[in-house]
Amino acid sequence: MKKLTVTSSPHVKSGATVTGIMLDVLIALLPALIAAVHIFGPRTLLVCAVCIGACLLSEYIAEKIMRKPTTLGDLSAVVTGLLLAFNLPVGIPLWMAAVGSAAAIIVVKQMFGGLGQNFVNPAITGRIILLVSFSQAMTTFAAPRAWVENVNAADVVTTATPLAALSQIDRGGNIAAQLTAGEIPPLSDMFFGYIGGSLGEVCALALLIGGVFLIARRVISPIIPCAFVGTVAVIMLIAGKGDWTFMLYELLSGGLLLGAIFMATDYVTSPVNRLGKLIFGIGCGVITAVIRLFSNLPEGVSYSIMIMNILTPLIEKTTLAKPFGFVKEKKEAA
Amino acid sequence: MAEKKSPGKEFSKGIIKQNPVLRLMLGTCATLAVTTSLVNGFGMGLSVTVVLVCSNIVISLLRKVIPNKVRIPAYILVIASFVTLVQMVVKAYVPALDKSLGIFLPLIVVNCIILGRAEAFAGKNSVLASALDGLGMGVGFTAACCAMGIIRELIGGGTFMTGLQSLLSVFGEHVLGGFDGVDFFAKFPILEKISLQPMTLFLLPSGGFFTFGILIAITNRIAEGKGEKKAELRDCMHCPMAAACGMQPESCEEAKEETA
Repeated sequence: MKKLTVTSSPHVKSGATVTGIMLDVLIALLPALIAAVHIFGPRTLLVCAVCIGACLLSEYIAEKIMRKPTTLGDLSAVVTGLLLAFNLPVGIPLWMAAVGSAAAIIVVKQMFGGLGQNFVNPAITGRIILLVSFSQAMTTFAAPRAWVENVNAADVVTTATPLAALSQIDRGGNIAAQLTAGEIPPLSDMFFGYIGGSLGEVCALALLIGGVFLIARRVISPIIPCAFVGTVAVIMLIAGKGDWTFMLYELLSGGLLLGAIFMATDYVTSPVNRLGKLIFGIGCGVITAVIRLFSNLPEGVSYSIMIMNILTPLIEKTTLAKPFGFVKEKKEAA
Repeated sequence: MAEKKSPGKEFSKGIIKQNPVLRLMLGTCATLAVTTSLVNGFGMGLSVTVVLVCSNIVISLLRKVIPNKVRIPAYILVIASFVTLVQMVVKAYVPALDKSLGIFLPLIVVNCIILGRAEAFAGKNSVLASALDGLGMGVGFTAACCAMGIIRELIGGGTFMTGLQSLLSVFGEHVLGGFDGVDFFAKFPILEKISLQPMTLFLLPSGGFFTFGILIAITNRIAEGKGEKKAELRDCMHCPMAAACGMQPESCEEAKEETA
């Protein structure tokens, strides 16, 4: 006979677990991984494996040293590793990938208390640490499909990212002239990912498939990605004086889609309720656009997400939900 | 502060237990700014030590003469004279060090380690004890600066003790066989071949903060191992700053009550 147990609330529980959510994210990242292997060759898998392995190892060592239960099984370290790998160029020396992974897990995640306690996104911070430390290696991008002609050519044929060319347009260049001169690839190449760049950011199609999957599985809410991309689109439309092509190029280049779909939506470092998410997304978009348009850096997605991560506690505070039935205390009439 | 300590303890407390930078968190600005290389860190440490010992002695000598109400301006005046002296000496004999320390050399005047020790120790203790206290704190500061300098220079630039000759130029040219530091990447080309690179981050302020944090953690661990109480902000008496704080515990309690 079934026993009747009496417990305190909560009584309604969802079946979502950390492992389940992380698994969903990994599945959503799969199309981008396949695209990256297709575009940049088998070394992609090596970089990803090193990042994931280093993340798992650092997590294990850090938790052993701090005498905490090991949490390798929740797959969060695997997600961090894969996301970090997606932010690296294919030709990066493997030890740098390992250093970035260790910094992401040990410094950003475990030193602040492990999963759920990190104040910024570990993968983003790992990327920024590597970018600041080894700027040359981090911005040497292999040309797309160059590996097909010569398997060992990952570090031979390099190319500029479309973003670098686009920033010339900001300073008075002409997009049509650059297109015919072949300085920037056609829009279809931008969409399918035949451009230079980091592993996971190039193929917009694969990222969108992953994003739709995550939204359909209700793992992420569409608010942050839409607000993020939408804000960048609006600002770029204004900056390009109404030029739709310029705006589309800006949206499809750099790490915008990868960042908006997979990094800005990190539960730990983004606001909980809808208004907060909207503010977060718009803030990311504004900072990204400002960095792209007005600074010397070609790309601003990672910095924008990191800055908004840090602002998240403040956003949470101002967008605090009112408890049901809450009445604002009336000021006593003097 | 009333308890008497043996002279040896007055000296040694500044090295680990009350290390001015790593335990008392004083003078962090200068520490973070100049420790991009070991030689810079050492030069800074040495200058601060000289000023600290001299100002501690003079302030201790004058402690019964200086009226309580104007003690801070009086201390600053004493400290500023010694800083000016040190700066002139450095400018004359080690111009390269003066160049690399830049504004942080004259800024020793407002370094809170020196004013802190004057306020917390030299103004209340005998000349010998104050001199030893200043020396110990200076050695502790120099050690912290050197540790940060070594780590940041090695990881951030791949070098060790570069610019040593500029520091040694006081003793003439080609001291120590003209040893001017090691550039590991120039010396071992194999490092370049396996695509090893220095991590520039460590030369930047963010890397400085990172190194600083790690060193604080290590020092706290050692100090706690030596029976020093854990740095916790429970009340005024348990404050890690209690030893250096100018406020008497009684007045501190009063201040707390006022705010509450």
